[in-house]
Amino acid sequence: MLQDKDRIFTNLYGFHSPDLDAARKRGAWDETKFLIDQGRDWIVDEMKKSGLRGRGGAGFPTGLKWSFMPKQNDGRPHYLVVNADESEPGTCKDREIMRHDPHLLIEGCLLASFAMGAHACYIYLRGEYIAERIALQRAVDEAYKAKLIGKGNVHGWDFDLYVHHGAGAYICGEETALLESLEGKKGMPRLKPPFPANVGLYGCPTTVNNVESIAVAGTILRRGASWFSGLGRPNNVGTKLFCVSGHVNKPCNVEEEMGITFRELIDKHCGGIRGGWDNLLAVIPGGSSVPMVPAEQIADAHMDFDTLRNLQSGLGTAAVIVMDKSTDIVRAITRISYFYKHESCGQCTPCREGTGWMWRVLTRMSEGRAQKREIDMLLEVTKQVEGHTICALGDAAAWPIQGLIRHFRHEIEKRIDDYAANPHSDPVRVAAE
Amino acid sequence: MTKLIVDGKEIDVPAEYTLLQACEEAGAEIPRFCFHERLSVAGNCRMCLVEIKGAPKPIASCAWGVRDCRPGPNGEPPEISTKSPTVKKAREGVMEFLLINHPLDCPICDQGGECDLQDQAMAYGVDSTRFHENKRAVEDKYIGPLVKTWMNRCIHCTRCIRFATEVAGVPDLGAIGRGEDMEITTYLEKAMGSELQSCVADLCPVGALTSKPYAYTARPWEMTKTESVDVMDAVGSAIRVDSRGREVMRILPRVNEAINEEWITDKTRHIVDGLRRQRLDKPYVRENGKLRPASWQEAFAAIAKAVGGASPERIGAIVGDLPAVEEIYALKELMTALGVTNLDARQDGAALDPALGRSSYLFNSTIEGIEEADAILIVGSNPRIEGSLVNVRIRKRFRMGPPPIGVIGEKADLTYDYDYLGAGPDTLAEIVSGKHPFAKVLAEAERPLIILGQGALMREDGAAIMALAAKAAEKVGAVTDDWNGFSVLHTAAARVGALDLGFVPGEGALDAKAMAGESALDVIFLLGADEIDIAPGAFVIYQGTHGDRGAHRADVILPGATYTEKSGTFVNTEGRVQVANRAAFPPGDAREDWAILRALSDVLGHKLPFDNLAQLREKLYAAYPHLAAIDEIAPGDVAAAVKAAAKLKGKPGDAPFVSPVKDFYLTNPIARASAIMAECSALAAGESREAAE
Repeated sequence: MLQDKDRIFTNLYGFHSPDLDAARKRGAWDETKFLIDQGRDWIVDEMKKSGLRGRGGAGFPTGLKWSFMPKQNDGRPHYLVVNADESEPGTCKDREIMRHDPHLLIEGCLLASFAMGAHACYIYLRGEYIAERIALQRAVDEAYKAKLIGKGNVHGWDFDLYVHHGAGAYICGEETALLESLEGKKGMPRLKPPFPANVGLYGCPTTVNNVESIAVAGTILRRGASWFSGLGRPNNVGTKLFCVSGHVNKPCNVEEEMGITFRELIDKHCGGIRGGWDNLLAVIPGGSSVPMVPAEQIADAHMDFDTLRNLQSGLGTAAVIVMDKSTDIVRAITRISYFYKHESCGQCTPCREGTGWMWRVLTRMSEGRAQKREIDMLLEVTKQVEGHTICALGDAAAWPIQGLIRHFRHEIEKRIDDYAANPHSDPVRVAAE
Repeated sequence: MTKLIVDGKEIDVPAEYTLLQACEEAGAEIPRFCFHERLSVAGNCRMCLVEIKGAPKPIASCAWGVRDCRPGPNGEPPEISTKSPTVKKAREGVMEFLLINHPLDCPICDQGGECDLQDQAMAYGVDSTRFHENKRAVEDKYIGPLVKTWMNRCIHCTRCIRFATEVAGVPDLGAIGRGEDMEITTYLEKAMGSELQSCVADLCPVGALTSKPYAYTARPWEMTKTESVDVMDAVGSAIRVDSRGREVMRILPRVNEAINEEWITDKTRHIVDGLRRQRLDKPYVRENGKLRPASWQEAFAAIAKAVGGASPERIGAIVGDLPAVEEIYALKELMTALGVTNLDARQDGAALDPALGRSSYLFNSTIEGIEEADAILIVGSNPRIEGSLVNVRIRKRFRMGPPPIGVIGEKADLTYDYDYLGAGPDTLAEIVSGKHPFAKVLAEAERPLIILGQGALMREDGAAIMALAAKAAEKVGAVTDDWNGFSVLHTAAARVGALDLGFVPGEGALDAKAMAGESALDVIFLLGADEIDIAPGAFVIYQGTHGDRGAHRADVILPGATYTEKSGTFVNTEGRVQVANRAAFPPGDAREDWAILRALSDVLGHKLPFDNLAQLREKLYAAYPHLAAIDEIAPGDVAAAVKAAAKLKGKPGDAPFVSPVKDFYLTNPIARASAIMAECSALAAGESREAAE
């Protein structure tokens, strides 16, 4: 379990003031100048050594990502873009950082921008985050006023920070769709390659990072890579914000060591599963887009990237959605499926057509109004979507359904049998023309 | 060059190729919907997926560069497979997704028989459906009088949007909604505001956008396809005329990289109904002030009587905008035999003189050459309506990286940004004297291009303007050994051909304007000349196709053939010689024009020395050898022509340049007979009124 001295987000719950003076007392903006004076390569190197993996879901090593930015400036400006479009259902970690610890984020933006030669940074904020925008903008204004950022600041690296408010579309959390949206276009993912590190915002080298990945950078550099990499388990180091929701006694956001077991996480911080551990049905460990893991597999599993991947799921954003046995698991996944159908941008075929199809079939299945052979068909449709799309939304729409069929096929079959044994009075819909 | 292995076959392709190009190079067939060579890559249909050895998932070959492929661990060339089970499965999957919401209405769909989705479903689809939900229903949109929408069929490839934004240069089309609710529409269902809008119907791979006027009239497999050229403007776009029986059903573009790439204007495509309406299908003779149908003999007799009673210097001939070189040649031979020198092919009075050299009236840079120009000056022209495909080329050049473009003349929306330099000859004079800052821009350019429009030449001071433009070209170095930057943009398809034949007034003879004047002549022969008013008095013989201005004034009407009803040579504004082919027959008693003139010559006692088209062409080619080189441009001495033009005398006036095309949709008798063009014209006029408010 993480000790208090090792916490990065010491004001996660907003017990203290988020403003600059209070943040400074908690350690933000401490010796930032010294860190910058160590030079660009040192920062990137230190980040690499720390073993920090991106906190936005994919878990790509952050230091490595920073090192992809061109070393030599070819005349084009470099940009850092912070992805604060936190829309993954179940995820609310960035929200707390921007509300209560915004200065850690701003400091991280400065350090990261310096490390990649960027003089401007954009924070793309989720459309629904009104309070967070106000809090973050206030902190940015404070930082400008204190000459911590801006032109001719005390750190000697000219740096402008802009908070951009999105319009509230899940797809704009995809890095290239985010860049499109930031450029004022429709938020639709771009084709890769070219990758943003070469051709990003306005055609210039750009790195897009999650809020949490950036916000932890200052503390990592201050306390040293070895401190960070000493926490957690090999290849899954450091601390992580977990957002636990669902059928636990006390849902919460908590900063914990990577690789903490699920049981410890729930018992220590969330007051246990509602109705006891025997009542646990399944867990979605990383936000709605990863497949669920049934109770017996998750209970003592380590919450980290690699363990969960071996369970055919993923850590994602570490938004742990706990479901007890009162859950109608088929309807739950149907609702998630509706979300992806609703949020598909419509650009590429498999996702545009597939998400609607999957949702409709699932809707019938959740009532039992289906044939058993359709379960395999549905599974095949998810495979037809997965991996064939421009961005990962297609995968995200397919995985929860694959998880459902993998672990709860019997539940769907039972429902179909029940329906067949006692059909409802409402007529079965006529086949499409 | 990079080595690749495609389906086990090793090939060597340039590194800048996409995988799709590379696979095609290797002979593999890659299905696609959204990809189009002339549009930006969207990569959204996912039909072109291929497998790269070592890659975790299939990739869209249209968007993946050869240089993005990683070699194998020991440096082996990347291996691509287009036929593996994974690829087959991926394609079947995508095809299934495309079809689940696509209506099964091929039997009533106009795209049937030439539908990409139909064809590719045959090759890459499966035979049965697994989709038992309700299909998506999308409301049809109004996007103008030319393009019919059937939005249930849309597969969201966005080709139409990309065409409108990139090629046509209008931001009218877009997509609203997202996911499966995405719909293609214009803003608030306004009509598209482009003169190229019906190209979206060609681009649409399914039947979502089809041609509205052609709707439900014919099936592609029942029509005869004739390759031809267009005469609606002087660009000479390559077209394909589809006819059924005696009737032309539709006109489609054909690829000609040098001229129209694969676009044509709405006028070119949709004048089809104009080919049927208002047609002159029998000869007419005026009696007691009224025209009455007559036989050919009666008509010829009336002409013989009129010509016989007039002396050669009281006879004249004017050639209009649409005749082919063959009939102009026949008419010139006939007039020469009669001793007539009052000849003119310039109804608008443009100051173009073949005596200065052929290059003085050609688009010397060529249309393709526009892409190489690094500074462009447009004088007295609105290329968007005078030669839309020239404008498309300028826009294409603009999109490559904007060169400085200056305009002297009307301030119009040309679909690209330009510097508006001034309205009239004063500004051009400033360019010549070097006082204007744009003169420096042109002089510093390596390949400056000066486009001279008819708006600058068809005025009293046309010759002086020509001289100014030529001086400007000399001054900025527009004509060098390897660059011809002095270009005249014509608006009439027949103009260059007629000038090549020297169909201009002889020494001391009258020009078109003088001929049309009060009691200037006794007999005037109009060969399809409908853009000029002949003063009362003269006996007017009109040979043409439509009951338009010329026919109304005529005393004798000889019914001829339109460009789809005869084989005729046309020389476009670049001087490129092209042949239009016959797709249908002229209606009623109407005949091919050269044959009418041949028959008339016999009656007039000066029998022309040819009995068929082949003999005519033999004579024509002997007299004008460059016309025999079809699809080619005879090289000319541009420098000498420009030098000669620069010496023209005259004092430029100060009136601003005005485009000769007042209404893009109604520039010639065929277009004026078309109900569709009338609708487009009214719509365009309504729009501009709205804008003026």
